[in-house]
Amino acid sequence: MERPIRVLVAKPGLDGHDRGAKIIARAFRDAGFEVIYTGLRQTAEQVVNAALQEDVDVVGLSVLSGAHMTLCPRIVELMKKEGLDDVPVIVGGIIPEADAAALKALGIREIFQPGASTEDIVQFVRANARRA
Amino acid sequence: MPKDVIHSNEKASAPRGPFTTVSGVPVRRVYAEDDLNDIDPARDIGEAGKPPYTRGIYPDMYRGRLWTMRQFSGFGTAEDTNRRYHYLLEHGQTGLSVAFHLPTLMGYDSDHAMSAGEVGKCGVAIDSLEDMETLFDRIPLGDISVSMTTNAPAAILWSMYLAVAEKQGVPWTKLRGTIQNDILKEYMAENTYIFPPRPSMKLIVDTFEFGTRHVPQWNTISISGYHIREAGSTALQELAFTLYDGIEYVTWATRAGLAVDDFAPRLSFFFNAHNDLFEEIAKYRAARKIWYRVMTERFGAKSPRSATLRFHTQTAGCSLTAQQPYNNVVRTTIQGLAAVLGGTQSLHTNSLDETLALPTEHAARIALRTQQIIAHESGVPNTVDPLGGSYFLERLTADMEKGCWEYFSRLDAMGGMVAAIEQGFPQREIQEAAYTYQKAVERKEKIIVGVNAFVSEDDPPIEILRIDEAVAERQTARLAALRARRDNARVRSTLDTLRTAAARNTDNLMPVILDCVRAYSTLGEICDELRAVYGVYREPAF
Repeated sequence: MERPIRVLVAKPGLDGHDRGAKIIARAFRDAGFEVIYTGLRQTAEQVVNAALQEDVDVVGLSVLSGAHMTLCPRIVELMKKEGLDDVPVIVGGIIPEADAAALKALGIREIFQPGASTEDIVQFVRANARRA
Repeated sequence: MPKDVIHSNEKASAPRGPFTTVSGVPVRRVYAEDDLNDIDPARDIGEAGKPPYTRGIYPDMYRGRLWTMRQFSGFGTAEDTNRRYHYLLEHGQTGLSVAFHLPTLMGYDSDHAMSAGEVGKCGVAIDSLEDMETLFDRIPLGDISVSMTTNAPAAILWSMYLAVAEKQGVPWTKLRGTIQNDILKEYMAENTYIFPPRPSMKLIVDTFEFGTRHVPQWNTISISGYHIREAGSTALQELAFTLYDGIEYVTWATRAGLAVDDFAPRLSFFFNAHNDLFEEIAKYRAARKIWYRVMTERFGAKSPRSATLRFHTQTAGCSLTAQQPYNNVVRTTIQGLAAVLGGTQSLHTNSLDETLALPTEHAARIALRTQQIIAHESGVPNTVDPLGGSYFLERLTADMEKGCWEYFSRLDAMGGMVAAIEQGFPQREIQEAAYTYQKAVERKEKIIVGVNAFVSEDDPPIEILRIDEAVAERQTARLAALRARRDNARVRSTLDTLRTAAARNTDNLMPVILDCVRAYSTLGEICDELRAVYGVYREPAF
């Protein structure tokens, strides 16, 4: 049997707003994924370390504090350094349109803005998760 | 013109339902006299300005004085935010409300590694008394009431404010305002905590005692349901957990030896205003009635001021949509109306662009204008509790109250709110409600215009406020200059005194923190001393 998709749900930075992260973590579990939730206030290094240790197939970042342009590219960069280029990173939160385009150019695979449905995010992960 | 593509508009013609409030409470076809059978008008509804205050805490309500229009605001450096405050005051705002950036709320200075990318983003960067002086430059603190959203570091930020008043020559007895200072809802909803619950409660009791003695017109806490609701709770959970947080604070303060009528008149509350008009109005009316009973029956309060629930309201940020953002003005209008129909003492109306960024000046002005229109054009403030006596509203109010007492019994059985939080009870209740709501939206049982129905394509983008990284550079340079210029021996000695006093755990820490602040110790330095003694809180595993 194929192993289930493993997803890291992470909250980088100082932002404590975890409603979205917890909802998406639960939706991933309901979809049959294995979910590792980092908890709040993780540094970029901690997030990447967790992705490595847990051997995840997707990394989902949730940022609502406005710090996404600093935190998200750093995580992508560190993942490359660790050889995790094939693990897609997706971001959800308060991300203005212009920033979303910039983040995609920097290697974030997809951005889910306010109003995104959990069903769409689950489908995206199914279609794009790293295949072991 | 953008082209409207209407999706799922079958809802408009198909049989409608289920009929529920935004919180999922069933609503019947019609309400009538029978629904008031268990309600005694004299006992349960009464008159405004008299117990149980269901209809309002003042006999005249807005005929005497309108609510305070208080827009929560802060971004960038203290200079940036000071300019916005002058702008808002020039446009008729009647009180200030300070939003601090996340590093300040988490007890880190702007030059700390954890602050990278966060400086000035969610609020204003305040590292020391110097920044607080700039924030209130040319704002006479004796003449305006100021609310500050300070939770974990409330005692420190309040000390900075008191020190600015000293510098302006304004006696503390003249100061009016509020510190949010409500840590319990942080553990259950917003997560901006630093220390564990028990030492945090000690700091809060210190502020109650200090305020009672030295700053008698100051509201030493704003017990807040807003964030609980934003985290996804129902209206009932917001009400029950918030009022029970109030019970917990009063319990801790009286246990520490404070007399209830000395500090309870300075407790204030803060609620959310979501979209469901009648459910929200019922929530505010029930809140006043329950608090009256709690204070008189449970705590034996004798002063009427201890038993009258005063509250601020903010419209629901979580109800706003990034799609078709101008529609948010309409949502905010309905929500602001609910707050006024519910008898709020002050109001923040959200800006249309807040699902995208902090508000632009233009968006902030429309938000302020929204309340001015409710105040001066709608006619609603002309009479007290205009919906009182409505079969539907009185039924909802009574049910809201009943649901609240049921939650109180469960929380009592758990040993109070600190114990309930340690067991993860309110956190689980809120998460469950948030998930249920999300699923209802995705099944289109709850319609959100522009999101799961009535979607437009090619909606034009709106202008948003951008905080660039130059803010962080300016702020860290300013901080470095302060560290070089100040009397560092004095800083060290005040911080040492603080650590000793915190470890002794008997003295009120406010005077000691005030000394640290006056010496220009930074917020991060002060929090480091307290972290060393108290430790830090980590959320339980999810």
